[in-house]
Amino acid sequence: MNFRRLFLILTPYTWLLVFFLIPFAIVFKIALSDYAISIPPYTPQLDLSAGWEGVKSFFSDLDFENFTFLASDALYYSAYLSSLKIAAIATLITLLVGYPVAYGMAQSSDEWRPTLMMLVILPFWTSFLIRVYAWIGILSNEGFLNQALMGIGLIDSPLTILNTNVAVYVGIVYTYLPFMVLPIYSALEKLDGSLIEAAEDLGCSRAQAFWLVTIPLSKPGIIAGCFLVFIPALGEFVIPSLLGGSSTLMIGKVLFEEFFSNRDWPVASAVAVVLLLILIIPIILFQRNEQKQREAGL
Amino acid sequence: MAQPANRPVFAPWNDPNEKPLIQFKNVTKKFGEFTAIDDMTLNIYRKEFFALLGPSGCGKTTLMRMLAGFETPTKGTILLDGVDIAPIPPNKRATNMMFQSYALFPHLSVWENIAFGLKRSDMPKEKIPARVEEMLKLVRLEKFAKRKPHQISGGQRQRVALARSLAKAPKLLLLDEPLGALDKKLRQDTQFELMDIQEKTGTTFVIVTHDQEEAMTVASRVAVMDHGKMIQVDTPDRIYETPNSVYVADFIGDVNIVEGTATPKGDGKVAIAWAEGQPEISASIAEGVAPGTKVHFAIRPEKVAISSDRPEGKANVIEGTVHDIAYLGNISTYKVEVAGGRMIKAQVANDRRIARRDISWDDKVWLSFTDTAGVVLLN
Amino acid sequence: MNRKFTWFNATSLTLGFTFLYLPMIILVIFSFNESKLVTVWAGFSTKWYGELLQNDAFLNAAWVTLKVAVLSSTLATILGTLAAYVMVRAGRFRGRTLFSGMIYAPLVMPEVITGLAMLLLFIAIGLDRGVTTIVLAHTTFTMCYVSVVVSSRLVTFDQSLEEAALDLGCTPFDAFKSVTLPIIAPAVISGWLLAFTLSLDDLVIASFAAGPSSTTLPMKIFSSVRLGVSPEINALSTLMISIVTVGVITASLISKRSIAKQRADEQAAVRT
Repeated sequence: MNFRRLFLILTPYTWLLVFFLIPFAIVFKIALSDYAISIPPYTPQLDLSAGWEGVKSFFSDLDFENFTFLASDALYYSAYLSSLKIAAIATLITLLVGYPVAYGMAQSSDEWRPTLMMLVILPFWTSFLIRVYAWIGILSNEGFLNQALMGIGLIDSPLTILNTNVAVYVGIVYTYLPFMVLPIYSALEKLDGSLIEAAEDLGCSRAQAFWLVTIPLSKPGIIAGCFLVFIPALGEFVIPSLLGGSSTLMIGKVLFEEFFSNRDWPVASAVAVVLLLILIIPIILFQRNEQKQREAGL
Repeated sequence: MAQPANRPVFAPWNDPNEKPLIQFKNVTKKFGEFTAIDDMTLNIYRKEFFALLGPSGCGKTTLMRMLAGFETPTKGTILLDGVDIAPIPPNKRATNMMFQSYALFPHLSVWENIAFGLKRSDMPKEKIPARVEEMLKLVRLEKFAKRKPHQISGGQRQRVALARSLAKAPKLLLLDEPLGALDKKLRQDTQFELMDIQEKTGTTFVIVTHDQEEAMTVASRVAVMDHGKMIQVDTPDRIYETPNSVYVADFIGDVNIVEGTATPKGDGKVAIAWAEGQPEISASIAEGVAPGTKVHFAIRPEKVAISSDRPEGKANVIEGTVHDIAYLGNISTYKVEVAGGRMIKAQVANDRRIARRDISWDDKVWLSFTDTAGVVLLN
Repeated sequence: MNRKFTWFNATSLTLGFTFLYLPMIILVIFSFNESKLVTVWAGFSTKWYGELLQNDAFLNAAWVTLKVAVLSSTLATILGTLAAYVMVRAGRFRGRTLFSGMIYAPLVMPEVITGLAMLLLFIAIGLDRGVTTIVLAHTTFTMCYVSVVVSSRLVTFDQSLEEAALDLGCTPFDAFKSVTLPIIAPAVISGWLLAFTLSLDDLVIASFAAGPSSTTLPMKIFSSVRLGVSPEINALSTLMISIVTVGVITASLISKRSIAKQRADEQAAVRT
């Protein structure tokens, strides 16, 4: 009985330790190492053959140099700031686009809801890459958007949208919209309709009832949706590298390039560590929101 | 249980030569700090229909789960047929359980549910269909063999669960609130069916229930539990007529409880002073009691007579005012206020169509009962 | 909800779904464009599909991707189901907090970090990068999704069903195999599908974990998209979108029908 239980626990446990936790330990370690022109391109290497002396010199060679470097180089500093800014603004736009959609879904009739639900989920199953790619043809200078705008005579010369931050916003809002709509919809769906009627009965106009009852009661869904967009958007790589331009600074892209183009593993690892530290705060807040929801649900 | 006159009374617990099927010896079960079963000793005999009765959280379910093998005692031993069952896992025990939720496997048909245990026993494969058919017949579900559990009604599901747990012919069948999910009418019918099946198969049944009426109807003996302790283990009639404590008297049926001070009068009689200026209640008592002992006098409402004129020749007569009348069809309950604001209930069978309409609210009435009608409780 | 479906609701739904679907519809339409220019319509043609099927680089990448997705999602389903079972049923054990942390962390971890960490591990233990390393990396991050899907089903699973199986003579393994698994099967299958799609889709983690010799389809698409739009990619995208659409619609129709059937059965039971 106990042996079986041990086996049951140890199988997934060991897997996650080896392929998830240990890799992060390695990232931390390399973040404290120095860049070197060798294979692998960093020092110190843990030299166990040198015995205790090897271990001691290994630890004494670790330092925070890479982090000081990150702090002193404006590139990284501004990449973090601009990632935070882009993710925050994109989240806000997604909320403004997503809330009316979720509200419309919640207001629609029972026979329509499963279909609408499926229509929101369907893009999630299609390739992320393809969905981002679809916008290149729309936003480029000769793209459909410029063609359409010039066709109706709104503009004379094409607008430059592709390879700017605007395109990145469009990409984030487009790909993460389902993550915003679904939690808000599930909060609105649970809302008891008699509450709105009670508010109207007590003298609220429809708009007031919406503002004073519907919005506050869908707050947990709004919060969950915002985190579900903000957290992955912060470390996003595909969208800035396909839709953004050379001036678009996002930390995911910086990390990728630092690693593959510059082969500076220690700095890439340090970038990753700092990104993790930044992410911990919203992740904890998100978990707390979820927990509160679960407790309220019980 | 009514027994035919020509059969000996079924009472193995009174026979010193009878070996119990199940013995609990000083069993204690703790969940962390919480004591679910507290030093319990109990014997259950072959062919008994044994009911564990008590409020939720009293430990009755824990007791049953220890028999099934889902919990192990913290201290003490449980013997089944003289063998300690602690080391035997649930799948090797000669006990089967009928779950409160029925726990019918939703992906299997009624037939497959009943055959489930047989396929995992040492019964030869070719004998299984016959046994399943026999079980289906026993619970009258032959026509539903191919249905899935969600395709039959609640009462039918209950019978499938019963058939499935009886199929392996266990030495002991455990029933966890078996009728809890049925509505009242169906529950009463099923109670008699359950007794019938128990008698036909000769299996020992242990049933857990919080419904005292159900326990009284089906069981040969009832164990009243509270806070992990056995309060009283006895036949239904004795539990009702001679409860050993205020708790049991109050838990089983309706009861009037009057607090007072006892004075022994000899000859098994005792006088209880219960209110200033009122005649003492005269009652019988089996054991001796010291003068001045605080006691509780318990009397069932149906043993209290009510009349508008003072009755003659009754051992106890109390005066009071009608406070409330509840007409329940077959009976009426009168709530009468007596000295000191105490309420005493009297129950009267409505055996005539316009009976006792003469008693009304705020009428002065007389309550009376014999000196053997009630029980004197020391604790 | 008191449902007063207003003009505002209708407008926001129309605009919202147009926004979600128009880009993909344009993409599909222009995969049938005669011209090499993706943005100017020059007549109907299926020639890009033909060229796609001639393109060995794409076909090889598709084959690698499919292999990786099948292997990793199967492994992830086994490990994720075990992990879910441990989370829901194993009760308390030492290191449980760490375990649940390791299950939830990959869900919120940026892919660049997970990919980087994986690659550094493979280099540290001297594992040659190729299909194996992609499978290992994908298994690790998708098993967490599987375990979330399966554990949400296990939470609502009536534990007395397992106890009943034990009571009727099953060993714990037999009880899991013949009672628990058949009942949670739909959740396990949707977990597998989720893992499969995630693996099929993944660009970033695969880029880190793949060696120079193995390229997955998303990696191939990414490198050619960086050079600009091409009608071949449109054709490929159309194929992928249609497969997913057909799959999702079929799955939802099947589940809709089985729910309807169950309801009809239950109503039949009430009548008898």
